[in-house]
Amino acid sequence: VILRRVLIANRGEIAVRVMRTCRRLGIETVLTVTQADADAVPARLADKTIEITSYLDVDAVVAAAAAARADAIHPGYGFLSENPRLARACEAAGIVFIGPGADVLEAAGDKLTARGHAAAAGLPVLAGGLAEAAGAEALAERIGYPVLVKAAGGGGGRGLRVVRDPGELAGAVAVGSAEAQAAFGDARVYLERYVSPARHVEVQLLGDGENVIHLGDRDCSVQRRYQKLIEEAPAPRLGETLRVGLRAAAVAFGLHLKYQGMGTVEFLVDPERSAFWFLEMNARIQVEHPVTEAVTGLDLVAEQIAVAEGRGLRLSQASVRQDGHAIECRINAEDPAARFRPSPGTVTSAVFPAGPGIRVDTHIQAGSAVPPQYDSLLAKLVVAGGSRAEALDRLRGALARCEIGGVATTLPVHAALAADDEFAAGGVGTEYLALWLELQTRLVRDKSG
Amino acid sequence: MDLNPLTNEDVADILALLDSLPYDELDLQTPRFRLTLRRAPGGWTQSTQVLSAPERLATTAMSHRGAPDHGDVTLPSSAAGAGEGGNAADEAEDAELVAVRAPLPGTFYRAPRPGAAPFVEVGSRVEADTVVGIVETMKLMNSVHAGVAGVVAGFCVANAEFAAQGAALLRIRAGQ
Repeated sequence: VILRRVLIANRGEIAVRVMRTCRRLGIETVLTVTQADADAVPARLADKTIEITSYLDVDAVVAAAAAARADAIHPGYGFLSENPRLARACEAAGIVFIGPGADVLEAAGDKLTARGHAAAAGLPVLAGGLAEAAGAEALAERIGYPVLVKAAGGGGGRGLRVVRDPGELAGAVAVGSAEAQAAFGDARVYLERYVSPARHVEVQLLGDGENVIHLGDRDCSVQRRYQKLIEEAPAPRLGETLRVGLRAAAVAFGLHLKYQGMGTVEFLVDPERSAFWFLEMNARIQVEHPVTEAVTGLDLVAEQIAVAEGRGLRLSQASVRQDGHAIECRINAEDPAARFRPSPGTVTSAVFPAGPGIRVDTHIQAGSAVPPQYDSLLAKLVVAGGSRAEALDRLRGALARCEIGGVATTLPVHAALAADDEFAAGGVGTEYLALWLELQTRLVRDKSG
Repeated sequence: MDLNPLTNEDVADILALLDSLPYDELDLQTPRFRLTLRRAPGGWTQSTQVLSAPERLATTAMSHRGAPDHGDVTLPSSAAGAGEGGNAADEAEDAELVAVRAPLPGTFYRAPRPGAAPFVEVGSRVEADTVVGIVETMKLMNSVHAGVAGVVAGFCVANAEFAAQGAALLRIRAGQ
């Protein structure tokens, strides 16, 4: 198949990102938009738009693709990107789904099933299981506190909660379940052993159903409430043994699933003990894919499309090169001065840095609405350099030239982190950002008191 | 910036040219976009304005569900979000009725998940720290606390409806 027209069933920066590759490849784009997004930048950049009431409505998305006579659907990330029902509906309608098949989506998208597959493929897995109202307490006792409550229906850190005290378990399961239902349409949550300190390292996979290769690793340890804020490639100060082990484990998992398309295997890493555990697989393009693109020189969306066209892998493991270092900052409409509360509104100005080694993926411009019903990502600032030190240096300069008005953003936090010695040293753990934020709050309080 | 009219590479090429010229600013406008490049301390800045209008495909028989999805709600037009039932209560002058307001703009949920029992009903006795609902903003669940002890007198916003920031969600008759 040669794809000539693709329906992009998403919004925000990833919709713009997918359009960029489509345009380069001579593929026409049709974008689904809700009323809130009908005049947004992605709608203005698409060749055509088609209105739907919800990005989560499988039937509406497939009907839109049929109405637009699209050859394929690119689901982006989030929303329906890992929804097996969409993959099946596409197949039934003769539309190419740019992503893995429904079976693989079921195996990887359901985090509990994925744990089982990981164990079967020989990957280390943390103790855990499904949290059912009745058995949750007994399960947590078996695992040992603290435990982590996680959404079974999807990743992205939604519905995650640490429970340190048995008395808090029922409440955490209930609220986690509500968040999981809202984010994924699946209220099931599971419990897992909580490891801290640890790092969050992931491996980018690309497969064609038979062959699976990796495109290197990324470190996503700088997180707040399990939401990634800064990602980099490659993972700094990992050690060669651990790095080789992680990449081999990811490829083994991909081969076990006969993985087709772009996907990411996430791991929790204890660098002290040189140990790692499988966390989950994200069967889609990821928010942080540009750092991998920056160090490999590849266009990951183009590779997704090539696999979707049934052309098989165009790359061999040996042909994938990695040079230098790249760092991505997620600029979110959240107010760091008010515990990162969402800051919807209207963007009054949007000035970004430009220059060598700098890339900004965004969907906002002066006048853009930031609607309250969608996630808060405004832009991704990606910097690359020959070394991590060079990338960091470039990041500091780039952040200083970034200015977004009208809504509160995470920019000040990025600027402060880029200047922090511990972050500069590399290899911080997942608890780093929370501790750092606590310290800042205390410093402010001491100064004013 | 990777807005489609110009790719990162296009901007890089323009900057390479500008670097050799004495200008501090370039303002490029076409019917489709406007690009402003400015020399700043430490490097260049860019801002883009996409000017082209969206091109809508006319559609007819679009299939969609009756109600918007949980967590992906389209904004109701103008005042519809305030909820009809709430208006009368809004205007009622009753000193003992305390409004519980939305901390953020978002979707109001009365129960922890679809199908579950609501946190509170009309007539429920609440303490200041009782959770009376959830407001979902940008995929984050924000618990709403009663803020005052008393009895729930009525709801101003229906379940799964959008509430503006500061909108009254429900009212509590304070005290006994």
